[in-house]
Amino acid sequence: MPALEMTKPATLPADWRDLLALTKPRVMSLVVFSGLAGLLAAPQLPPLALGFTAILCIALGAGGCGALNQWYEAELDAKMRRTAKRPLPDGRMDPQTALHFGVGLSVFSVLLMGLAANWLAAALLAASILFYVFVYTVWLKPRTAQNIVIGGAAGAFPPLIGWVVATGRIEALPLLLFAIIFLWTPPHFWALSLFVRSDYAAAGIPMLPVVAGIENTRRQIFLYSLPMAAAAVAPWLLGLTGPIYGASAAVFSFVFVVLAGRVFANRATDPKSMGAEKHLFAYSVFYLFALFTALVADRWIAW
Amino acid sequence: MTQEDEIIRRRQRERSRIMALLLGAFAILLFFITVAKIGINW
Repeated sequence: MPALEMTKPATLPADWRDLLALTKPRVMSLVVFSGLAGLLAAPQLPPLALGFTAILCIALGAGGCGALNQWYEAELDAKMRRTAKRPLPDGRMDPQTALHFGVGLSVFSVLLMGLAANWLAAALLAASILFYVFVYTVWLKPRTAQNIVIGGAAGAFPPLIGWVVATGRIEALPLLLFAIIFLWTPPHFWALSLFVRSDYAAAGIPMLPVVAGIENTRRQIFLYSLPMAAAAVAPWLLGLTGPIYGASAAVFSFVFVVLAGRVFANRATDPKSMGAEKHLFAYSVFYLFALFTALVADRWIAW
Repeated sequence: MTQEDEIIRRRQRERSRIMALLLGAFAILLFFITVAKIGINW
């Protein structure tokens, strides 16, 4: 046998672009932004190098979560049109590479966070990664329609981590930021799951529209938007932020509730007629960016 | 060299370059972390 044949790997080495795709860069951008907002909203700032490293660690941790999620759900992803072209279901990568990449990124991010920032922030980062992988991906997602409700906690950690990086303490404002994302997650994901519900049904994932029906999901979206709006304006009402954030939160949240009301009023069952759901989903992403931008602007302009 | 071998070599080369860049960036980052930590503890 020629020497080259003996050293040839069983599968092609993964393309670096596919490794990057495993980290779900678009999801990561929202995570990084909310973490950065939590850091910049804090009353004191860490040195630039440490702040930058902490945000990098949040990004790497989120990337590790994305890779581990895709490793665990490769078979499910193959059944859904939206995810079938991902590197693992498409057969472009060896599953073990994805597992090693995900574990490596996660462990590295926690250790670097502990060394560069503080170990409380590292512990929170570790908790969010473990919660996302084991509680959400492995335990809740394939079992219950409440997967997003409880699993949403994993995505709510970044602003809290950002704040703890800066201050070393857990305080009321970052806990409220945690609550905002926690309550924002169900309407955000349920709006998406309404117009891709056939995908979830095909994969056997018990998302709310699949298990409880479209009408019930629309009602839940509207009901969740109310405490979410209350949580969004709470930092201002409690005197933890200034009027720039307060006015922005009130306006942005009002629009969110109106769009959720339009979803509630919609009776369409064909995804092509779900304009209200698509609007709410797109707006929900803008909402979180806008709210946290207002938080940082309020901290730096008004205070 | 077959087409598959070429793909393997190209991917290995690309990944090696990216790894070198990342390790270089990490070394620079560690330098700045160290400087910042010394500044805090001074």
